[in-house]
Amino acid sequence: MADVPYHNQDYDPVFGDYVALLKPRVMSLVVFTAFVGLMAAPVALHPVEAFCAILFIAIGAGASGSLNMWWDADIDAIMRRTKSRPIPSGRTTPDAALGLGVALSGLSVLMLGLAANWHAAAWLAFTIFFYAVVYSMFLKRATPQNIVIGGAAGALPPLIGWVAATGSVSIEAVLMFALIFMWTPPHFWALALFMRSDYDDAKVPMLTVTHGRPSTRRHILVYALLQAALAIGLAFTSVGGLIYFSVALVCNVIVLKDAVRIWRRDEVNSEADDFKVERAFFKFSLFYLFVHFLAILAEALLVPYGFGGWS
Amino acid sequence: MSIRVESDMHRRRRSQNVGVAVCLVLFIGLVMVLSLVKITNSGPVEGYDHAPRPALADEVSQ
Repeated sequence: MADVPYHNQDYDPVFGDYVALLKPRVMSLVVFTAFVGLMAAPVALHPVEAFCAILFIAIGAGASGSLNMWWDADIDAIMRRTKSRPIPSGRTTPDAALGLGVALSGLSVLMLGLAANWHAAAWLAFTIFFYAVVYSMFLKRATPQNIVIGGAAGALPPLIGWVAATGSVSIEAVLMFALIFMWTPPHFWALALFMRSDYDDAKVPMLTVTHGRPSTRRHILVYALLQAALAIGLAFTSVGGLIYFSVALVCNVIVLKDAVRIWRRDEVNSEADDFKVERAFFKFSLFYLFVHFLAILAEALLVPYGFGGWS
Repeated sequence: MSIRVESDMHRRRRSQNVGVAVCLVLFIGLVMVLSLVKITNSGPVEGYDHAPRPALADEVSQ
C-alpha cells in the first residue's frame, strides 16, 4: 500500500461514496449464495434470524471489500477498471475506508454470532481475515496463484449460510464452497486474457504474465474439468436433484466446450476476433454460477410440494 | 470558496448525516425485533428472584 494523498480537499463524500466502498456488486453475489446455502440447509431458521444472518454476512463481505480498497488504493488508481473507485478518484480517504472496514467487520461478526451462532460468526471472521489480509496484503501482489487461493474468501458465503442454519459444516456446504472455489480462477483468467494491460500496468502477477498465455489457457481447461466434476457431484447430495442435475449437465457441457476452444486457440486466432471465445466464456461463467445456485434454491423450495431432490 | 447558505458542501454533509441516521434507526429496530424473536422462541424463562420457587425445586429433585 502506498501513502499517497488521494483525497480531494474540496470534496465532502456523500453517503453513496461509503456504500461504494463496500463493493455492492460483490455483496449482491454474496447475499445470493449465502441465501441459497441457508435455504438449502435441512434446519429452518426463523425468518427474522435468517434475514439478520444474510444481512450480517453481506455486511462482513462489504467490510472486507472496504479493507481491500484501503490496501489496494495505489493499484486501483492504475487500473482502468478500478480507477473510479472512491479512494483513487478522491471521493473518500484511505483512513475512512480503513475505519469503515474495521468497524463493520467487528459489528458483522458480533451480530452474526448473536443472530445465528458463533460457529457461523467464526467462519465470517475467517473470511474477512482471509480476503483482507491473506489475499489482499500477501497473495495478490506476490504470486500468480493469487486468484486460486484468494478465491476461497469469495467461495465461503454459502458455507456460512449453511452453518448459520445448522451450526455445523457438512459435505453439501463443502461442495458448494468448492464449486465457487473452482469457478473463480478460470473466470478471472479468461478476463485476464482479454484485459491484459490492466493487470500488467498495475504489476499484479497474473498467470498470463508469469506463466504465459498458453499456460493460462491450459489452466482454464483443467479448472473447468475440476469444476464440472464438483458441480455434477453436488447433484448427488441432499441439496441436489433432477432439476439441479439437468442444469449442471447442460451448463458444464457448454463450459467445457468453450474451455477446449480456449485451450486450442493461440494469440493470433484470439486477436483476430477480439477474444470472442474468451469473452463468451467469461460472460457465460457469470450465468453459470448464478444458475447453479438458483437450481439448488429451486430444489430446496420445491421439497414441501413433493418435488425437488431425487424422490 | 465562499460559503453560501445552501452550498454543495451542505448538501453532501446532509447526505452523510441522513444516511448514518437512517442506518442507526434501522439497526436499532433490527436489534429490537431480533431480541423479541430470540426471547419468544427460547421458551419459558424462570430465574432465581430471592423467593421460594416450588416448581424449580421439583425440577431439580426429579
